[in-house]
This record gives sequence, C-alpha cells and structure tokens, in this order.
Amino acid sequence: MQEYLPVLLLLAFAVVAATGFMVLSGLTGPKRFERGKEDPFECGMPLFSDARRRVTVKFYLVAILFLLFDLETAFLYPWAVLFRKLGLFGFIEMMVFILILVVGLVYAWKSGALEWQ
Amino acid sequence: MEIERLPESDELLINMGPQHPSTHGVLRILLRTDGELVTGAKPDIGYLHRSLEKIAERVTYAQFMPFTDRLDYLAAANCNCAYAWAVEKLAGIEVPERAEYIRVIVCELNRIASHLIAFGAFTADMGAFTPFLYGIRERERINDLFEMICGNRLTYNYARIGGVSHDLPDGFLDELKDFLDYFEPKIDEYNQLISYNKIFVHRLANVAVVSKEDAIAYGLVGPNLRGSGVKWDLRKDEPYSVYDRFEFDVPVGFGEKGTVGDAFDRYMVRIREMKESVKILRQAIEQIPDGPVMAKVPRVFKPGPGEVYFRAENPRGELGFYIVSKGGTSPYRLKIRTGSFTALTIFDKVARGHLIADIIALIGSFDIVLPEIDR
Amino acid sequence: MDSAVAFLTSKIPFLASLPFWVVAFLVMLVVALVILGFALTYEGIATYIERKVAADIQVRIGPNRVGPNGWFQFIADGVKLLMKEDLIPAKADKFLFVLAPYLVFVGSFAAFVVVPFGISLIAADLNIGVYYVMAVTSLVVIGILLAGWGSNNKWALLGGMRAAAQIVSYEVPVGMALLPAVILAGSLSLQEIIRSQGGYLGIFGWNIFHNPFTFFSFFLYFTAALAETNRTPFDIPEAESELVAGYHVEYSGIRFAFFFMAEYGDMFVVCALAAALYLGGWQVPFVDVSGLSPLLANLLSLGVFLAKVIALILVMMWVRWTLPRLRVDQLMRMSWKYLVPLTFVNVLGVSVWVLAFDGKGIPALVMSLLGR
Repeated sequence: MQEYLPVLLLLAFAVVAATGFMVLSGLTGPKRFERGKEDPFECGMPLFSDARRRVTVKFYLVAILFLLFDLETAFLYPWAVLFRKLGLFGFIEMMVFILILVVGLVYAWKSGALEWQ
Repeated sequence: MEIERLPESDELLINMGPQHPSTHGVLRILLRTDGELVTGAKPDIGYLHRSLEKIAERVTYAQFMPFTDRLDYLAAANCNCAYAWAVEKLAGIEVPERAEYIRVIVCELNRIASHLIAFGAFTADMGAFTPFLYGIRERERINDLFEMICGNRLTYNYARIGGVSHDLPDGFLDELKDFLDYFEPKIDEYNQLISYNKIFVHRLANVAVVSKEDAIAYGLVGPNLRGSGVKWDLRKDEPYSVYDRFEFDVPVGFGEKGTVGDAFDRYMVRIREMKESVKILRQAIEQIPDGPVMAKVPRVFKPGPGEVYFRAENPRGELGFYIVSKGGTSPYRLKIRTGSFTALTIFDKVARGHLIADIIALIGSFDIVLPEIDR
Repeated sequence: MDSAVAFLTSKIPFLASLPFWVVAFLVMLVVALVILGFALTYEGIATYIERKVAADIQVRIGPNRVGPNGWFQFIADGVKLLMKEDLIPAKADKFLFVLAPYLVFVGSFAAFVVVPFGISLIAADLNIGVYYVMAVTSLVVIGILLAGWGSNNKWALLGGMRAAAQIVSYEVPVGMALLPAVILAGSLSLQEIIRSQGGYLGIFGWNIFHNPFTFFSFFLYFTAALAETNRTPFDIPEAESELVAGYHVEYSGIRFAFFFMAEYGDMFVVCALAAALYLGGWQVPFVDVSGLSPLLANLLSLGVFLAKVIALILVMMWVRWTLPRLRVDQLMRMSWKYLVPLTFVNVLGVSVWVLAFDGKGIPALVMSLLGR
C-alpha cells in the first residue's frame, strides 16, 4: 500500500492548493452588493419558477445502462491483465460473460431504451 | 405572458432570451420542456420597439429614409430602396435609369452581405464557430465597397426619393468586379467547409420542417418560403425596378438531404441565392447606362391623397410598405410588413416535438432580425 | 519512491541523519509542488495555444497585447479571474455550489499523479494506473453534476444532466477501448505498458501498429475521450449557443477558473493516456533510452512524451474549431449504438489475435518472416 501514499498526499495537496486559491481570491476580489446580482441567470428576466424539479426519466435509463456496462468493464480489466496466462480457458469464460451482456445490449436496443426521442 | 401548462406535469418552463446568445437579438421565447423535448414555444417580442411607424407620421417623406436603415440593419440598402420605391409609386416620380441600376447593385450586394451573416450566425449556432469568421471576412469587403459609395458601412441611408444620394465613385465597378471574382469561389469553399459536413447535415436534415401548405398558410416569405419548395420571388414574379432585365434562377428547397422545407433546405437556399446575386451583379455591371442619378424632386413634397402598397424582395423576404397619404408632407399612416415577423407566427407550430438544440436551428434557419420584428 | 530517497540520502549527508519517513515526505511534497506547478503552467499555456490555434484557423490574429505576441495573456487572464468577485447565487445550494469546483479541480489534478512523463519520471507508478485514471476522472462528473444541481438555474441543470448522461455513456467505450492495450501488455501499470512497446521495431513497436484492432481502438478511444472531456463536437453540456454556458452558467471568478482548468487538465490526461497506451508513451523510436545515462534518458523521454501529448492536444483543438456540435440524442446514439459495440468487437478481435499469434503483432510477424 505504500505506493498510494504519494497519491493521498497529492490529493491533500490539491485540496490545500484549491483552498489557497479560493482564499486568495476572497482577499483580492471586490465585495459589492447590488440588487439582482445574486439572482440566477434567467436570460434577463425575473425568476419565475424553481429549477429543481424532477428530471426526465431518460437520464435514469442512461444511468442504469451505465451501471451495467461499466461494471462489466470493471470485470474485464483483471481478466485483461491475466489474459495471456489464462489462454483459451480465459477467452471462453469471458466470451460467455460478454455474450450475456451483448444479449442485454441487444435487448435494450430493441426495446428502445437507447432511443432518446 | 402565459403559456398553457399541462396539469399534473413536471414540465420545466424555460425562458430563452431576451439575453441569450442565439436568439439573434432580444427575442424572448418561453419554452415548455419535458427534459430536452420542447412541448410548446411562445415567442415574446417588443424588446426593441421604437415605434417607427408612428415616427413616419411626424416626419416628411424624405426624412424617414434614415429610419428605414434601422429596420433591418443587416440589409439597410434593401430597406432604403424599398421605401424609396414605395414613395415614388405613391407620388408618381420617374427615377433615372442609372439610379435604378445603382439601386439594384447595392441591393444585391447587401443581399450577399446579409446572407453571409445569416450563414455565419447559423453555423455558429450549430457549434461551428469558424465559418462565421469566414463570412465576416467577405462581408468586410462588401462594407468597404459600401464605404466607397456612400461613406457608411452599416446604415447607408443611400437611396433618395427619386434616385440615390451620390453617383458611383470612379473605379467602383472595377472594384466590384474584383470582389465578385474573389467571392464566387468562396461559396464553394463554404460548401466544402461546412454545408456538407456530416454532423451539420445530420443536425439540420428533417429538422424544423415547414410544409409547402403551411408555409403559404402562415404567410412565410423570402428564403423561408422558397426553402419549403415554393418558387416565389418578387424579383421574378412581380418585377419591380429593372429586375426584369436580368437572367437569374430562383433557388428553392427540394429536400436535398431530408424533407422538403427542413432547416437544411432553408440554409441551402440562402447559399444558392448568393450565387444568383453574383450573377445579377455581373449583368448589372455590363448593362449600367450613363446619366443622372437623381430626379428633380423637392425636399418637401406633397403627394396627392391616396394609398399605395409596395413590396420588394429583401434578404429576409418581402418587405412591404403600405402608405396612406392625405396630401400632407408626411404619410397619414405607414405600415411595414416584414418577413421576420411572419416567420415568427409559425414558430410554435414547428417547435413542438423538437429538442432544445433544434429550437436554435429553427431560429437560425428562419434568419430573423429583431429590429425588423419590433419596428 | 524508495530509490529516490536512497539516492538523496546517499548524496546529501544531512538528509541521511533524518528518519526515512521525513525524507520521503519531503520528496513527496516536492513532487506534488512540481506536478501542481506543471499542471497550472500547462493549463495556462494551453489556453493561450488554443486561442492562437483558433485564431489561425479563423483567419484572425488572436491575443497579441500582453507581452510579445500575447504570450503572457494567460497570466493576465489568471490574475483577472483571481481578482473577480466571488459570487454565490442567493437561491443556490451553497454547500454543493462551493464543493463542485473542488471536486472538478482535484479530480483532474489527481490524474496527473500517474502520468508517466519519462522513463523514471512518474509520481506514483501504481499497478492499477489505467484504472486509477478512469476512477479519479470520474470525480469530474460528480463535480459537474453538483454544479448543475447546486446552481439552481435551469440552464445549469440541463447542462449538468447532459454532462452526466454524456460522460457516463462514454465511460463505457473509453474503458473498453483501453482494454486491448492492457491485454497486450498484461498489466495495468502505465510504465509496464509503455515498456512493452519498446524494442527494435521502433514506431512499429507501438500498440497502435500491433494489429488492425488496436489501430481502430486508438481512434475509438480518441473519439470517446473527446466526449469525456466535453470538447466539440461533443460539447453539449456547455453548448454556449444552446445552454448559454451549461453547468457553469452561475460560476464566476476563480470558481469558473477551476472548471476551465479542469477541462484543459482532462485534455492532457486523456491525451497522455492515448499516447502511453497506443503511441509508445515516452519510448523514443529506435533509441533504447534505458541504456543512456539517467539524466539524458529522462530528458529525452520527457521531451518525446510531451511532444506526442501536445500533438494529440493540437488535434483536439483542430477538431474543436472545425466541426459543428452533435445533438444530445445523436450523441447518445453514437455512444451506445456505435462505439460500445465496436469496442466490444475490438476487444474480441484483440483477444483472438493474441491467442492465434501468441501475442505477436503484425510488424513482429513480418520481421520473423524476414528472418529476424
């Protein structure tokens, strides 16, 4: 685990640096309050409805598809590393795994989950 | 302004404009969206209203000329000339032939300049910023030509009732010829650069389709009408000035990449019209006669009582002036009919069922100019 | 790490008197400073280059006021952004609004840790390097989503949702397009993968020339990476002509700068990954750098690596100023219906190839036919 120490340290350092920039900006920037300045951008009109409402279901579909396929990619990585050692056995094993997912993709495709409109 | 809301829905009302990068000015559109899908769009206008029609009732006929510049600032020369033709028709003034030719030259030059902006702004709306700069580069040379003629680069105030303010300067026609030789190959360059770009075509084909029947029923004019496949060009079908002396085609949309009347058709009509304008300009250079450029018209004159409607083919479709005279030095009533305004009437109908990105394509392909809408 | 500490303690007697972890800590701190300095300078210069490239493409001059030929423009821009008023919209979710730029900045910066700049110039040669990059760059998605939601602005929300949908959609082809290189090297460590591309074949030792499938994988990866970094033609989350500025509509000053820097940082990281996995990383064609003296080897490999990365970044800029933008449905279709199946096929093809030819690529096979 020792090799992750620099990573952790660098992350901490990045946070410190970012905070540093923020503080610097806070010290040097002006502070002037004006009416309307803190309103959200509404193309020049007064705000007339809240932006936070339920978003369309398409985005959730994308999220679910992503979960499926990204997990699959995650499984493929260790397999890819050991692929040469596993040889034909590994190949067949993985083909079965991929085949199942391809069937899933084809199903999603046919059922229209990949269509946006 | 209200837009009807479906009950029990989670639709998001979005306010597009007046301060938005691609509403081509201070147009405000209230969008009702379901996610990315637009289920309703209401244009809201009036942010640029200057009551031009009312001003016309207070100034003399000649004094109104500079105001027409502000009607469609991208095609000021066309507006100047259209107004002059309308008043001349009302007062029965004969215009010298050379002046008519000069008017045709400035009108066609300005049509090219206007279509260049339409082309550039439209591609920029589609996310390709570079063609805009190319269009601006060529328009810059047109502005130089205008500066040669009248000293102005945007609002020319060049036409006069009875002619034009100055004769063409020495060497102008050669400069114009140089420009045309330079410009004509550029149109093919635009087509190579962007028109037939695959992404661009996919963004526009079958998007914002206006059928032939709708286009006529909603009174679309100019390139928007021709984009829907209707061959109607006032320069050909109702020739005014000396337009009947030129050979040129009227490009129409024919569903090149998708349906007739889609955004791509309207775009290509403009591109092709630039070529036709070049043709007209070349013929005008050949034909232009010598002679005076101004008829004898007093500064302040009183046309007899009567009314007149005159329409001219502008880059944004027909620009109509309806003038009622009661015999005074200024019009009793002046009504302006503009192409951008009629284009907005069909907006809601076309916008429904499109994505937000297509709304941008819709606005851009109608090539609206806000001062013309609000007047 | 250990070798660096050992090297320093042997050279400087004072350090030898300190405990090991103190020296190690100091080394890490210096490394962190160097990388942060590099990232910030690069991001600044990249914005300048982008503007100059855009200007060249668009037949104009570009920035030319600050310093000779406008070279210090980015410094002026940075100072300006730093000295802007820090605005938080009244209706915003303050915590999320403030948190978002941090996530984006840290996410893009953290990926620099495993970038193999040279033969031994790497902050941390993790044995899961490729995977680590994919993991930390995902922080950027969360940041963007938080920014869109936290701003409480309709444009920002739309931009944030679009960004999330887009980036997660393209995460899959990105991951799959990297697999062929991993299969060939049998390792996830970036240094291992680069080392496997060396040898007597020169540029033909690179993975991109290994076989037709890896050749396509490179282009698939590059396309998907363009989308991952929200660059044109996939810049629909920002889409200035549609969503005004997308998820960072409400951000100004230094917070906006964080998003901006992250975009350029991400560009560097994806290009570095492409160079490392497919274009031989720091391998100098036909020169065995490991045989040279350490200083020369590192300098040479650093130069070659940066040249490759910058070339790829320039391609990204070129694409940005040439192509129009896709629509959101086209973007999704492209990922799920084209890129994902194609990358599947590529992974399949490469694994069959490895089994059939015992891991030898076309150049190696040709050479063995010629009797080498």
